[in-house]
Amino acid sequence: MLCILVGFCLQEAVVSRTTSTAIPRSTVATMAATRRNVLRGIGLSGLAVGGASLLAACGGDSGPATGSGATVKFGINEAEGVGAAHDRLAAIAKAYQQESGTTVDLNAVDHNTFQESINTYLQGTPDDVFTWFAGFRMAQFAEAGLITDLSDQWPIDGLNDSFKQAATAPDGKQYFVPISYYPWAVFYRKSVFEKNGWAPPSTNDDFMALMDDMQGKGVTPFAFGDKDGWPAMGTFDILNMRLNGFDFHMSLMAGDEAWDGDEVKGVFDTWRKLLPYHQADPLGRTWQEAATSMGKGECGMYLLGTFVVDALGENGEDLDFFTFPELDSSIGSDALDAPIDGFCVASAGQNQDAGKAMAKWLGSAAAADAGNNAADAPFIAANEGASTSTYSDLQKKSAEVVGAAANIAQFMDRDTNADFANTVMIPSIQAFLKDPDDIDGVTASIQEQANSIFG
Amino acid sequence: MTHIDEAPLSTEPEKTVAPVQGREKKLPTRDRATVITMVAIPLVLVVLLVWVPALLSVVLSFGKWNGFGDLDTIEWVGVQNYQDIFTIYPAFWPAVRHNLIWLAFLFVFPTVLGMLLAVVLDREMKGSRFYQTAFYMPVVLSLALIGFIWQLFYSRDQGLINDVFGSQVDWYGDPDINLWAVLVATAWRHTGYIMLIYLAGLKGVDASLREAAAVDGASEVKTFFHVIFPVMRPINMVVVVIVVIESLRAFDLVWVINKGRNGLEVIGALVAQNVIGEATRYGFGSALAVIMMLISSIFITLYLRTVFREERNR
Repeated sequence: MLCILVGFCLQEAVVSRTTSTAIPRSTVATMAATRRNVLRGIGLSGLAVGGASLLAACGGDSGPATGSGATVKFGINEAEGVGAAHDRLAAIAKAYQQESGTTVDLNAVDHNTFQESINTYLQGTPDDVFTWFAGFRMAQFAEAGLITDLSDQWPIDGLNDSFKQAATAPDGKQYFVPISYYPWAVFYRKSVFEKNGWAPPSTNDDFMALMDDMQGKGVTPFAFGDKDGWPAMGTFDILNMRLNGFDFHMSLMAGDEAWDGDEVKGVFDTWRKLLPYHQADPLGRTWQEAATSMGKGECGMYLLGTFVVDALGENGEDLDFFTFPELDSSIGSDALDAPIDGFCVASAGQNQDAGKAMAKWLGSAAAADAGNNAADAPFIAANEGASTSTYSDLQKKSAEVVGAAANIAQFMDRDTNADFANTVMIPSIQAFLKDPDDIDGVTASIQEQANSIFG
Repeated sequence: MTHIDEAPLSTEPEKTVAPVQGREKKLPTRDRATVITMVAIPLVLVVLLVWVPALLSVVLSFGKWNGFGDLDTIEWVGVQNYQDIFTIYPAFWPAVRHNLIWLAFLFVFPTVLGMLLAVVLDREMKGSRFYQTAFYMPVVLSLALIGFIWQLFYSRDQGLINDVFGSQVDWYGDPDINLWAVLVATAWRHTGYIMLIYLAGLKGVDASLREAAAVDGASEVKTFFHVIFPVMRPINMVVVVIVVIESLRAFDLVWVINKGRNGLEVIGALVAQNVIGEATRYGFGSALAVIMMLISSIFITLYLRTVFREERNR
């Protein structure tokens, strides 16, 4: 125990050093924000360390692992007061406490802080169960031994094979329990489409004709914003899946395909041809601003996740969507991005049995219902037994569309190495959007950096 | 009255004698303890919080590590991180250039403007207190907040500037413009800062100097450049240091705008991108931090050399 703690502190120290104090004192203030993050991280782990020693102190007498008298620590990536996202998780925690008698010790952390300190969190003294995503990053944690094998908890009633697959790491074992998901699709205003006599396109020709007609009527076909860097990844993902297929997309994300090959160049080239149909100057526009342009009818469509509703300040009654149409008939259009949220059990958690038991329950229909009944905005439950009575039309349709999809990707920044997604792909896609004609330069640069990172 | 006169007399010999003895021989134990404590505590803090971490960063910069596992999982890759930074990391050279532009810009515009405002406000015109407060106001705001405030002006579709002028300029998004847009926002804050420093300096200038200059028939402008400005040399040094530090620590503003990407690359933001966010390229980030440290050292060395030379000349 002690050596783990010491090892961890050492690491923490090194990490914090690299981030802020490598700079002479006079400029240390430079990284005020940076330092704050680090301090927050340290504070967080400090708390965790404190908690751990407390637990260690009382850990001698082996109380029950689950049921009354037991405690399970539950770390969630939504802070109190952010709205539905937190309310749902808190309600789920409460429901589990009532049902199992296990005391749930909720640790609510601000989303970005949680994301950014996940490494030190998992290697310190994390909560037993914590919120996470399916995909490469889950697999990465599994490989590093940071999360617990949950294959003895699977199958879980009501979670179908595609979810099981999404919960599986390359070693063939499950490390994750899904609770909800949302699809990325092309959103539009029903009223605008109706007024103009437009219909969702089913073929590539329909699609091009629709965009030309929109332009003819003075409407920009696609709203587009990439100031934050990640929204355009959604466009890359869907184009790659439509042009090169799901399998190529996934192995490209895993670093097994060339970024400077003809396939990826083809994706950028198609994107370049589609760019005139997109809002100009995307790099200064947030996705919220782009969503607003679609909401106001200045743009006809917007490729985004269902969270597009949040930016419009309405319940989405006038919104509908279709999946991105096929571009190559031999590939089809049955793959899409639908990031899955869920839970993992931390290997360093104190109460493994309680964590596993809770994780299994979190996959149940009861957990999803408890969450959805408590918040004004429901999520789309992964469990097919969950009640859909609180769903909006948009959500019902989302569930249908994702259910019908043959292959589900998680989104670029969940499907590939986080270092690569954040430090290479975001700037590279932005460089492409800045200068769409230099495809060779962009892809060559991505490949060079990929070599260095995937090594 | 008499005892007041006597008091200094009685203490003076002691004061002058004690240091002489102290320097040659030993301080009393208590004084020694005090001195040792006063030197040791800051020394320990500086070594632990500045030098050790800086050295460890240098060490880490020769490795590749994603933060998973213990320190023995660090893969030592020699100078590969540096090589990658200089050759294949597209953001690096723009970042260096942006930091230098930042430095030059802060020296030229806000500093001169701040100085001008200080001179004008120093004339005790009507309402100068009000102006003083107004110009200084942005300084109390954090740079992060300033980023948000200016976003309201700069937003392409919903911003004030484009609304008023009916233009379509993508102020924060166009990589050819956004650096300048950000520099204007920085200057908005920096000007007030410089103004206040100069104002304080001007208040401290001996009034008789001005009078003498006026008697000699020097014009206002001449008085300022030939008499006042040279007298304010210490203030000028402070300003130089502040400007250099401000431009090297350029980070907050670009971070809130777009995390230091797309035309707003600065070294500080690159370090953070690689280490703080979800990416955990500790080795690569450390290498960037070391480069930043070296660049800062150049300026610090220059500054210290000037300061020390000045002291020697005295």
